[in-house]
Amino acid sequence: MSTTTAVARPPSPGGTRTVRGRRLLVLAALFGILAVAAVLSIAIGAKPVPLADVWHGLASPSGTENDIIVRSLRVPRTAIGVMAGIALGVAGALMQGHTRNPLADPGLLGVTQGAAFAMVLSIIAFGVTGLHAYIWFGLAGALTASVGVFALGMVGGRGGPTPVALALAGTAVSSFLYALTSALVLMDEQAMDVFRFWQAGSIAARGADTAWQVLPFIAAGLVLALVNAPALNALSLGEDVARALGQNVTLTRTVGVAAVTLLSGASVAACGALSFLGLMVPHLARPLSGPDHRWLLPYSGLMGACALLLADVAGRVVARPGELEVGVVLALAGAPFFVALVRRRKPVRL
Amino acid sequence: MRLQAVDVRLGYGDRVIVDGLDLGIEAGTVTTIIGPNGCGKSTLLRALGRLLRPSGGEVLLDGKRIDKMPTKEVAKVLGVLPQAPTAPEGLTVADLVARGRHPHQTWYRQWSSDDESAVGEALAMTGLHDLGERPLDELSGGQRQRAWISMALAQGTDLLLLDEPTTFLDLAHQVEVLELVRRLHGELGRTVVMVLHDLNLAARYADRLVAMRDGRVIAAGPPAEVLTESLLAEVFDLDAKVIEDPVAGTPLVVPIGTRHS
Amino acid sequence: MTPPLPRPGRAVPPTATAAPVRPPHERPLRVGPVSWLIRLRPAAVALVLLAAVTLLMALTMRIGDIPLTVPEVFRAITGDGPEHFVVMELRLPRALTGALVGAALALAGAITQAIARNPLASPDILGVTTGASVAVVAAIVAAGSTAGGPSGALAEVGIPLLALVGGLAGALTVYLLAWRRGLDGYRLVLVGIGVTAVFTNVKYWLLTLGDVNDSSRAMVWISGSLNGRGWEHVYPTALALAVLVPLALLGTRSLGALRFGDDTVTGLGVRTNLARGLMILAAVLLAAVATASAGPISFVALAAPQIALRLTGAAQPPLVVSALTGAVLTAAADLLARTVFSPVELPVGVVTAVLGAPYLIYLLVRARKEARS
Repeated sequence: MSTTTAVARPPSPGGTRTVRGRRLLVLAALFGILAVAAVLSIAIGAKPVPLADVWHGLASPSGTENDIIVRSLRVPRTAIGVMAGIALGVAGALMQGHTRNPLADPGLLGVTQGAAFAMVLSIIAFGVTGLHAYIWFGLAGALTASVGVFALGMVGGRGGPTPVALALAGTAVSSFLYALTSALVLMDEQAMDVFRFWQAGSIAARGADTAWQVLPFIAAGLVLALVNAPALNALSLGEDVARALGQNVTLTRTVGVAAVTLLSGASVAACGALSFLGLMVPHLARPLSGPDHRWLLPYSGLMGACALLLADVAGRVVARPGELEVGVVLALAGAPFFVALVRRRKPVRL
Repeated sequence: MRLQAVDVRLGYGDRVIVDGLDLGIEAGTVTTIIGPNGCGKSTLLRALGRLLRPSGGEVLLDGKRIDKMPTKEVAKVLGVLPQAPTAPEGLTVADLVARGRHPHQTWYRQWSSDDESAVGEALAMTGLHDLGERPLDELSGGQRQRAWISMALAQGTDLLLLDEPTTFLDLAHQVEVLELVRRLHGELGRTVVMVLHDLNLAARYADRLVAMRDGRVIAAGPPAEVLTESLLAEVFDLDAKVIEDPVAGTPLVVPIGTRHS
Repeated sequence: MTPPLPRPGRAVPPTATAAPVRPPHERPLRVGPVSWLIRLRPAAVALVLLAAVTLLMALTMRIGDIPLTVPEVFRAITGDGPEHFVVMELRLPRALTGALVGAALALAGAITQAIARNPLASPDILGVTTGASVAVVAAIVAAGSTAGGPSGALAEVGIPLLALVGGLAGALTVYLLAWRRGLDGYRLVLVGIGVTAVFTNVKYWLLTLGDVNDSSRAMVWISGSLNGRGWEHVYPTALALAVLVPLALLGTRSLGALRFGDDTVTGLGVRTNLARGLMILAAVLLAAVATASAGPISFVALAAPQIALRLTGAAQPPLVVSALTGAVLTAAADLLARTVFSPVELPVGVVTAVLGAPYLIYLLVRARKEARS
């Protein structure tokens, strides 16, 4: 090794200019796909809306039938799809980064089952009806379960919870809540009827009010996630190296968990059990982005949104005039793709 | 005194490994800790680098308690390279070394020209400049070790703690790493503390040796004073002859056999 | 002379003395050419668990239309009269099914977690339980809409058979998709996630199709239930355990080695693909038979190995203790399922999680407290 080399132009992180250019290109491509998917999601449905009418409805609505469909049905539904997709994709990447576990999904902290239990309980105990009201309960349940899991991971120890402790506590709490939910729906037929449709995962028939309900939570979660990305990079070199680099490991984990909770809690409350999306998308994004979380998180988010919208559109097309729940489409279409990808290349380990 | 351990008690869980230990590191010196496996060398190094919090006593950096200082401020002064660190798959050498700049970055200042030149220098110093784009997992053990050292260098600290920086390296690469340490110390005035297993290299490249056994410091001082036949017997249970190194004039250990046999 | 059991994590002091070669909690047992190493703590834990499962089964067998006391239960086994029939034909097989199914699921879980080197892995990843669920839910929903629900022969023979076929087909799917010039544990896990997601979501979708009543019936089966289980459920599970437990134990040695990287393992002289394949096959068969008998009782396969790990202080899930932990967990859950809301009986799978989850959390918290003090 020659130690006398003059300092030439050093390679920047993320590699040479070409690597960086390629990454920006992928990012632009993902934005493009998302835009196309959004337009399709607004145009396609039980009643197809021509592209000209889509534009008319968005830009200068004049109260035509198509304007009303676009503005009161399709746009809110699409907005929720985009938000939930981004949220679940980012939350999944965060969760897998923190736990260094490919099995980790955004529901790992008990979010999904917390939401399910709270919604079922609200139906049985308070006689709540209507989607609008369930969502607040779902959100509250998701946040409570996640905070509980984090607290359990903290109890007794000094410093933050270890990823394994978090994952196991999350799984235990999830199973516990799922069992309670099962017991409740087995005793109450009406709750069972709501629960089984929520469980399948859907963004159909969500109005603008639902979109506004979840927006602040998802926005806050995304901000926390972006702050968390560089710290997570340091943490991926192991806790010792992260500490040596001046990283407060406990703080990093806490911020990460808060971000995951907000993101997945809000989307699960609005759309049902879609955590497979959050599990799958980071595995698809990682080969493109490499191990740098500052790229992985945006890639995962955008891919999540694209996947959710396209699956939702497909669900409207294949079962016309009815609809197939987006959760089912995602699993049926996404999982084979995911499996093929895992088979074709050597999986990128965390 | 740059770095100081005062009456520290160290351990994992309820298992105490080091108890009541005192050690001071002078500015601008190279200190090497030697001792048999399991004597608490790495544990001590981890505590000096605030990776392990003492359950008793304190560690002082420039006279201040290290655990009371903001960890990011410590990271600008003190770099630690732990034993056998792991990296995610697919990480390139340049990316790894760039992560050494973490303490100097904030969310609005992610890649300054200082970062750029520090990474370039660190890569050049370790001779990795041409390998910047290669994924870490495709490198040989020696190259990988140099990449990690390069990351610690990019951190730009004048105190550097290295836990067995020469593991996995052949003799030539070991000497290279230690020459690098000597240059850091000689040309840049850095303070280095490291754990080494090779006594002869330790004697040649260190200003000061610290010999440990069972969590206690048995002897500390210049290599010529510490590395004696009686100390080798006491610390390593090793019968050996100590002669003068024909090249450097430092002590040279020629083992005879262990004292058990 | 029984030395006190050492607490986990406390190692022998590093000083070199003329100490015995083995740590004090292990005893060599040498008879002629046979030499085994008996680990005292797991052995003690296993005995306690065995006693616990016997007691729990006896307590469960008291309950029913003819209430009995524990001594009466034991007398009824040897005597005759109506009690003999009730205990031998109804209550004992049900209790045995619970314990055996719990043991089989836990053993499958312990193997899966060791192979995947992942505490979150369970036989669900292998496609068994979800494959079985899809088959059974489809049958219940379809039969519900055509013939007023499964009954008679379909319910008694059809459902277990369907579950077995569905479970094995699910596992085969995962295995074929994951095989590519060898079986990589990591790829197996990822493929398992994908396949499981398809099955799970298809199951959810099927639940939305039928009548709510059929969905509820399907939910009972999905949760795992011991209601009405008889000797015809005991024998297959017992047979599977009798064959597969020795096989799994033989594999333990290679399983221990499989925890290291493949290079290390091959260096230790283990044929990695063969060993891994056989162990996975054992896990699949155990889970499939158990699921066919009682449905995919939730949480046992995941939690029992982790609980056993912490009870014994072992480095990886110990197989026998895991199996016994699974049996205790299921037996205790069955007892509660029958008593808490009596006379309404809950599916046992609902209670396993309610019972096991807090205990697992307690163990996690205690481990952290110990590490701290």
